[in-house]
Amino acid sequence: MVDATLTENLASTSRGAALRRFGRSDSRFRALTGAAALLVVIIFVGLIATLAYGAWPAIKAFGFGFLTSTAWNPVTEHFGAFPAIYGTLVTSAVAMLIALPIGIGIAIFLTELCPRSLKRPIGIAIELLAGIPSIVYGIWGLFIFAPFFQQTIEPWLIAVFGNLPILSTLFAGPPFGVGIFTAALILSIMILPFISAVTRDVFETVPPTLKEAAYAIGCTTWEVMWNVVLPYSRAGVVGGAMLALGRALGETMAVTFVIGNSHHINGSLLSPGTTISASIANEFTEALGDLYIPALIELGLVLFGITFIVLAVAQIMLYRLNVRAGGGSR
Amino acid sequence: MNRALYARRRLTNGIFLFLSLSAAAVGMGWLGLILTTLVMKGAVGFSTTVFTEITKSPGSNGGLANAIGGSLIMTSIAVVVGTPIGILAGTYLAEYGRDKAHAFVVRFVNDILLSAPSILIGLFIYEILVRGRPYSGIAGAVALAVIVVPVVVRITENMLLLVPNTLREAAAALGTPRNFIIRTVTWRAARAGIVTGVLLAIARISGETAPLLFTALNNSGWVNGIEALRQPMASLPAVIYFYAGSAYDDWHQLAWEGALLITLAVLTLSVVARFFESRRY
Repeated sequence: MVDATLTENLASTSRGAALRRFGRSDSRFRALTGAAALLVVIIFVGLIATLAYGAWPAIKAFGFGFLTSTAWNPVTEHFGAFPAIYGTLVTSAVAMLIALPIGIGIAIFLTELCPRSLKRPIGIAIELLAGIPSIVYGIWGLFIFAPFFQQTIEPWLIAVFGNLPILSTLFAGPPFGVGIFTAALILSIMILPFISAVTRDVFETVPPTLKEAAYAIGCTTWEVMWNVVLPYSRAGVVGGAMLALGRALGETMAVTFVIGNSHHINGSLLSPGTTISASIANEFTEALGDLYIPALIELGLVLFGITFIVLAVAQIMLYRLNVRAGGGSR
Repeated sequence: MNRALYARRRLTNGIFLFLSLSAAAVGMGWLGLILTTLVMKGAVGFSTTVFTEITKSPGSNGGLANAIGGSLIMTSIAVVVGTPIGILAGTYLAEYGRDKAHAFVVRFVNDILLSAPSILIGLFIYEILVRGRPYSGIAGAVALAVIVVPVVVRITENMLLLVPNTLREAAAALGTPRNFIIRTVTWRAARAGIVTGVLLAIARISGETAPLLFTALNNSGWVNGIEALRQPMASLPAVIYFYAGSAYDDWHQLAWEGALLITLAVLTLSVVARFFESRRY
């Protein structure tokens, strides 16, 4: 195809004219791809601008107090973001506490312990699981996990921790089934395959010679992981964990069904709460009044701010890893 | 002395290996449990009426035909709109902007969009296309397209960077203009990888729920023709969301069946995508 076009062009016109035409088509093509790249930036800027525009009435009405207020009253149109921010941060933190050790454990298992014949199937299975839509986790949480949790685990937690300081507040009853802890557990299951997949990829960037050298001087598997693999891949593991955190913070469907949707903060992890995304998903289509929708959009803007910081740190960590892994300027 | 040290190291190693193994067992077991429940709940009473009947009121044996149709329509439009933009932008990053500062900005912004909460994309498109107007299928499709773009950009750039520079140089040495090189040499060399990326993007949007709630919403009926795009449109994830939250057992059952359908579709797409990926070069 190239040859035909080129020959045709050269045969029919003078060499200079043909070269000029190639030059023009080159710059046109370059402009086209550049415009597409610009569009990506426009989408990003547009996203921030429209959220800010939509939230403006609420920003004007509540000011900075929006972030710290615990009010949420659609009737009197008083809105505060604090319970939703609190729920978002706590569910994500608990989810990370659970999913990170298990996810890294799976990654270590896959890179160092797993028999060669199982490595690929399990690795692929993990990656496939990372792609399962979050609504599937959501309805599993709603119909299967929450009732089970309410009948068995929650009464047990309340009984066991009921007499201990601090823990008795964290695990205070009654057992609702839905609540912050349930949401965090579902979130942790959802981000687990993601953490494992990213961490495994990062572990594989460690040059085999480094590991072989450590094994050769008599290190145990644990010592190789702790002293060679983890230090080498720290930036990547942190980056991957931050990406997972970004997902957990913004996750809607896995959380909405099992969080309980209450804008009241209670010290107990077992009590119902809400997250930013769950509030938006639950209330947006039914919101009436001049400030309700703007308040929900402002919640979205806050969520964007939080996830932006987390994701930006993650990207910077991962770029640094790429540079060191010999990925050139990327 | 040495013996004690060795024993301790062996013990530490043993504990660590045990923990890692149990992490793998717990994690895999739990995920396996979810999938098993999904298949069991979804497959019970699964009949072809799911594909032939539209959503109906509780107790009247409805199906999911309109939701499946809506999902297919919106996903198709999103892919048709989003893919070319993604491929072109990815091409710019890999072919023209390798070491440029402004390309770094595009790359960074794209990676943020790639992981940004999808519910915010829904709010974004709501503000632009829906506010003051009815919810519409076209708004849903645009929201999904906004999610497709960063996925395709990322994979296109990665795949083009894998194409050896010697290929480009060989073509350039023959006097081939740059855009011919890109279109006929590097795109072709990276084709399998880019197809993988598009398939993964389809897998991703076919399960997206949050961006559709404020854009396409839901529609219990079926609208024929182009008019359908200007009205609220049902989609599989949205119907699962509303049905799971309802109080009716047969709607719950349909939600499970829908979830099983989506999971099967996403897994199939991912497996096909892997197949293309393994055929790279």
